[in-house]
Amino acid sequence: MKEELFVSGRNIPDIDPFLNIWHWQIPLYLFLGGLAAGILFFAGLFTLLGKDKEMPATVKWATLITPLALILGLFFLFLDLKHKSYFWQLYTTMRFESPMSWGAWVLLAITPLSMVWVGSYMKEMFPGWSWKLALLDRFEAWTIRYRFYLAWVIVVLSVVLGIYTGILLSAFNARPLWNNSILGPLFLVSGMSTGAAVIILMSKSHYEKTIMSRIDLLLIVIEIFFIFHMIMGFRAGSAVQIAAANLFVGGPFTINFWVFVVLLGLLFPALLETLELRGFRVPAVVPAILILMGGFMFRFIMVEAGQITRYLY
Amino acid sequence: MRYAMAIDTRKCVGCSDCVVACQTENDVPIGFCRDWVSETVDGSYPNTVIELRSERCNHCEYAPCVRCCPTHASHYEEGGIVVVTHHKCIGCGACIQSCPYEARYSHPEGWVDKCTFCIHRVRKGEQPACAAVCPTKCICFGDLEDPNSEVTNVLKNRKYKVLAPEAGTRPQIFYLV
Ligand code: SF4
Ligand code: SF4
Repeated sequence: MKEELFVSGRNIPDIDPFLNIWHWQIPLYLFLGGLAAGILFFAGLFTLLGKDKEMPATVKWATLITPLALILGLFFLFLDLKHKSYFWQLYTTMRFESPMSWGAWVLLAITPLSMVWVGSYMKEMFPGWSWKLALLDRFEAWTIRYRFYLAWVIVVLSVVLGIYTGILLSAFNARPLWNNSILGPLFLVSGMSTGAAVIILMSKSHYEKTIMSRIDLLLIVIEIFFIFHMIMGFRAGSAVQIAAANLFVGGPFTINFWVFVVLLGLLFPALLETLELRGFRVPAVVPAILILMGGFMFRFIMVEAGQITRYLY
Repeated sequence: MRYAMAIDTRKCVGCSDCVVACQTENDVPIGFCRDWVSETVDGSYPNTVIELRSERCNHCEYAPCVRCCPTHASHYEEGGIVVVTHHKCIGCGACIQSCPYEARYSHPEGWVDKCTFCIHRVRKGEQPACAAVCPTKCICFGDLEDPNSEVTNVLKNRKYKVLAPEAGTRPQIFYLV
């Protein structure tokens, strides 16, 4: 038996007894980033596949919220900073070793691109729309002409952004729960699934809804596989990794994780979507909202639980 | 130059003088500390082993806190001392998450703070405050690359360990056991 205590009575706020430096802002930032990445990925993908006419919500309407989601995400990152007036230094340095740094740069690149994307569809979406400025009109014509290339850039950057939301956590060797290489792909898939959920919510065409539901179903299956893969990897790992997995297997996060993330956020919406695809009448909002809530809960739990995992000595 | 500390767990009595000395020397805000004393009790009564350790930032040679800092606020100074530049730190907390030793805290003014090996004293040729004040002289600070320094010799002659070597950070605080 090993017991440890601070003889000097250390009791630093947010550090003792458990690290709790990141609160709800970071998971929200990761959630919004993943969501925007998911929508932009599908918008770019279906444009590249030449299906933009059949998928209006995917390519046009859902992308309307991506600039908003990205700006809000950056705002929540800003809220998390403790030395706020020095925030600009994030953009005077670039460090590839630091996910916090390159992620902030990726966001800075993809946010204006998402605006350009939305801008190129404004007249199609709102027929009466006018830019009021000849320069913007010319810019719009230019973006419409090169939309195909823009789609390539957006697809690549959105995958980077989606993976980044996981890597921000997995790069921390000191937090065993985060420090696993499946977290990047897992957050990417989960972000895509939340993006698909938003598209399903906004879509009015049966054809589009069916395609997105099928894709979402596949994503959910992959996500569940990744989650089991992650936990099995931990259970076969070192003492600190086993301790990390046990937070979800018998530990304090067991119920929250399995009920709110896996059951309500993944399995139940997957069941509803399957029923819907089989022809049963299920209101599409139900699985979509569940997926969005599950996606946020997943990030929230991972951030909270990860902080209490640590090296033992 | 490679600054390091050898701390004798056999001589430490857990008086916490090093903690108070540091708080005074470095104006550490009330309720916070850059070093602390922990006691591990191993085994079960009556066969217990107690170890007292004065802990602080390990000034890791391969410091994850330096790697993950987006603004270069956390950086290496001479002799491998890891220091945070206050006016570059944005308070993102990444370095706090990255430290396996939980040696960093968020200063009430916003930036992140931790042990500096009293670099302002070391530059004047003095000992860090904790080492200078320890009544049992269990903290030995010096340059590992100097073959004649006390810390080099102590590590040559005594058994020692570092904390969580498996974290891969190459910590530079050595505990004599
Ligand atoms: S002990 Fe922590 S704060 Fe100090 S250098 Fe190592 S990782 Fe950084
Ligand atoms: S909190 Fe400050 S020192 Fe730490 S990683 Fe962020 S910017 Fe760097």
